[in-house]
Amino acid sequence: MKTIIGFAVAAIAFGLLALAPFYLDAYGIGLLIGMTGYVTLASAWGLFSGRTGYVSLATVAFFGIGAYAVAALNETLPYPVILLVAAGIGLVVALIVGLATLRLAGVYFVIFTFGLAELIRQLVTWFETTVTGTLGRYIFLPLGPEHIYWQLLALCAVTLLITWWVDRSRLGMALRVIADDEVVASHIGIDIARTKIALFVISAVLITLVGAIQAPRWTYVEPAIVFNPTVSFLTLIMALLGGAARLWGPALGAIPLFILFEWLSANFPNHYSILLGLLFIVIVFLLPRGVVGLLERLRAPSAPLDQAAGTSAPAQGKAASQEVRG
Amino acid sequence: MLTTTLIAGLVLGGTYALVAMGLTIQYGIARTMNLAYGETIIAAAFGAYLIHNTLGVSPILGLVLLAPAGFAFSWIVYGLLMRPLVRRSKGGAVLEIDSILATFGLLFVIQGVMLVGFGGNYISYNYMNFGVDIFGATVAANRLLAFVLALVIGGGLYLLLTRTRWGTALRAVSVAPESAPLVGIDADRAARFGFALGGALAACGGVVVSMYQTFTASSGVIFTMKALIVVIMGGVGNLAGALSAGLILGLVETFVASYVSPGLTLAAVYLIFLAILLWRPTGLFGKARR
Amino acid sequence: MTTVTRRRALRYFGVSVAIAAASFAMPTSAQERTSIRIGYAISKTGPNSGGAGITTLPNYQLWVKDVNDAGGLELPDGSKLPIEVIEYDDRSSAEEVVRAVERLAAQDKVDFILPPWGTGFNLAVAPLFDRFGYPQLAVSAVTDKAPEFVQRWKKSYWLLGGGHDYTNALAGLLSKAAEAGEINKKVAMISVADGFGIDLVTAARPSFQEAGFEIVYDVTYPAGTTDFTPMINEATGSGADSFIAFSYPPETFAITQQAQVAKFNPKVLYLGVGTGFPAYGANNGENAEGIMSLGGIDPNNAENAAYRKRHEEVVGQAPDLWGSVVTYNSLQMLQQAIQRRGLDKEAVADELSNGTFQTVLGEVKLEDNQLRKLWFGGQWQNGQFVAVAPVDREGAAPAILPKPEWK
Repeated sequence: MKTIIGFAVAAIAFGLLALAPFYLDAYGIGLLIGMTGYVTLASAWGLFSGRTGYVSLATVAFFGIGAYAVAALNETLPYPVILLVAAGIGLVVALIVGLATLRLAGVYFVIFTFGLAELIRQLVTWFETTVTGTLGRYIFLPLGPEHIYWQLLALCAVTLLITWWVDRSRLGMALRVIADDEVVASHIGIDIARTKIALFVISAVLITLVGAIQAPRWTYVEPAIVFNPTVSFLTLIMALLGGAARLWGPALGAIPLFILFEWLSANFPNHYSILLGLLFIVIVFLLPRGVVGLLERLRAPSAPLDQAAGTSAPAQGKAASQEVRG
Repeated sequence: MLTTTLIAGLVLGGTYALVAMGLTIQYGIARTMNLAYGETIIAAAFGAYLIHNTLGVSPILGLVLLAPAGFAFSWIVYGLLMRPLVRRSKGGAVLEIDSILATFGLLFVIQGVMLVGFGGNYISYNYMNFGVDIFGATVAANRLLAFVLALVIGGGLYLLLTRTRWGTALRAVSVAPESAPLVGIDADRAARFGFALGGALAACGGVVVSMYQTFTASSGVIFTMKALIVVIMGGVGNLAGALSAGLILGLVETFVASYVSPGLTLAAVYLIFLAILLWRPTGLFGKARR
Repeated sequence: MTTVTRRRALRYFGVSVAIAAASFAMPTSAQERTSIRIGYAISKTGPNSGGAGITTLPNYQLWVKDVNDAGGLELPDGSKLPIEVIEYDDRSSAEEVVRAVERLAAQDKVDFILPPWGTGFNLAVAPLFDRFGYPQLAVSAVTDKAPEFVQRWKKSYWLLGGGHDYTNALAGLLSKAAEAGEINKKVAMISVADGFGIDLVTAARPSFQEAGFEIVYDVTYPAGTTDFTPMINEATGSGADSFIAFSYPPETFAITQQAQVAKFNPKVLYLGVGTGFPAYGANNGENAEGIMSLGGIDPNNAENAAYRKRHEEVVGQAPDLWGSVVTYNSLQMLQQAIQRRGLDKEAVADELSNGTFQTVLGEVKLEDNQLRKLWFGGQWQNGQFVAVAPVDREGAAPAILPKPEWK
């Protein structure tokens, strides 16, 4: 019953959001595009990293692959086919990377994925300059901002739906065991490797599609633009601040942060960095378990008070998360 | 030709190792991933630039001022920012995430302050830019200085960590922060000291780098990422690892530029990095986990 | 030096905030408007801030100050209105620059939008300028596709030429030197693997071939390369008298330093962006002598000299000697177009396409929405970066070849 109500609410919300372009000006739609893009990126990131504990900085590798596929193919193939091809490339790359990185853990995995993104950027650059003899590519597709927005909104819904399904399925259960203890997980017969790779691939394909859908908005694409590492970092920060392991966590991090960035950069163009940095630090200290953690705490008033700089948060955090999961 | 390439590669590698050593100390002992590391380097580079251009003093003398400043700054940062997080999380994955977020914030703060103070322009000056002949290869004196400094700092710290009581304590904290207090080591103090020491090394790196490399207020990230690559490739917290990883990357870059194509240098660097991690998942000198 | 700038900028922004407040307080009908709103999005942070901070932003600030000090922008009826600036930081991100321009056009409804920095970003926002009907005076964009873009976006203007303009001018200059027996007919080229470097190197290949030059070394390096020793060694061994690097500022500085260390002293040393920065001359002193690059100025041009002096006084730093003066020129064109035709974007665009303007570049008239009368090559001579190409244009100094020995 609760699930049905949840679905109904989500469906209505997405329906209303889909109508938004009819009431907003170009800037409003632009805001929604940026926001939906980051909600999707952060949710797709959380689908893998939030559930396995493997912090990935490869986001921009897949985002860039998607964008570049559109740039390279926009004059030769019909648009829906391009999206399929982009997703296919993302899938293959993710599969290779997933298989290669099985043995890596912790910070080694983090920096490996960063190196991977840079390697792909370098290879694309080298290929373009040496083989095709150009660098920038142009995208002239008859897609208005509202079309981009609707596609992103649909992709966002799909991402959340997949995440919800994963959390419900055997896969999700397996993941929770893995995240808690890989040794135990392997002892009870969970195929850790296959589970992790499956999730990595799904997450990577979703991220590839975000890049592919957003690319027509920039008209001109070059590696420095689409493989901008900031995308990886922002995605990670948004998901972590929201609560990467929950269905709505990344969205709850992405939306307020996105609005905050926008507000700061418009009102304090000269002191944007300083204010942003200070806010980050404050947020880390005040929200030790992300936005989702805060909401859960607010919903459960009986829980012991641990707001004071969250000094005793971790133990309760663990307990609280167990409760919700169970 | 071969010796020239070899020497050029080693010297370049030395400059990479130099900027990575502070980070490996910070990560190894204090166990916090410091994303604002590169900003410390750039701040010191700005310091050296000011000392050279406005005071007309040699940037090398600036080291006397800037290295302690880097130490003090990192000492304060650890006390204010990292220690509460360490205490709150009691180590582990939570601390990893918290330190990423907090130092990401710090990165923006330092960068923002430098932007307000110096603007976003490219900064460059010439110092010690003359050739030194080594086995028939000409090397820029300022880069050679970086190379020598990397060896001296690397060797000195290695002796410090392995030959002194106090170094043993630092290493104990890096291996087992939970058990170090059992043998009477103040883990918190040791971590703080390690973090500050890393800051001092970053400052040294920044001073030397500023002599031959153009920088802007926003270039810190580049140094952080390069340093992270070197640190991870060498094995976290391992000085010899950082030094050899730096040298390998320098050699790869120079050899690829000379014998394959300059267009593939960075691709080769990342490829080697990825390959080494696949071969040894905890870096060249890293200890296997679990 | 920069603090002074900041303070001035802040004071100025204080004024514009006051104006903004005033304009909100009063009913703003067309007759009663109190200011002209001009907006821009520029890279104040991120990798593009270095370029934007020298060629574009200082000129925007200087122009706004110049105009407002003189009472504001003049309209056809002779009345003057002060400029109110709306400024955003695009953080060197394509998505941000697109959204910031949408915001300026749809939300802030500014009267005119000044373009962002860089070829890629100018292209990213071009469809938006077009959709909202704003003229786009793109300066910091070197592109050979300008004629196509003008077809596509009728109100776009491309003021810094295309890659082949620069390479043809260079090839012309080198041919002359080769005919005089000053240099041999071999060139070694390196280029940064980025939009700018590739655009120029692809234009350079046919330019040199047509001029009968043999390209003996031609490689591309990734942006962010810091060590050029291997490439310098190869170039030394190639036997070419001319070494050309289509580089970005950090690499331009690095190549200059490393060439000195390696005692690599080609007869022609041509470097990319950054050579025309005042800091380049200051840092390298006598060693800058004879080095060539894109751009250049005519030191005998009084208007240009006055502009540079004012730039240094107001901004606190000297302008670069390639794009800066063209940027300021583009703003003066806009100013004069508004003076003649008012605030109607369509009319202003028409005036920009067809009118003749008196600016810091002298008399300016666009051809097919492009500025063609430019300095395509300059050389450091006696501490000044003087224009040497096109060789047949009036005011061009003769190039000094071979380049003097390193000191």
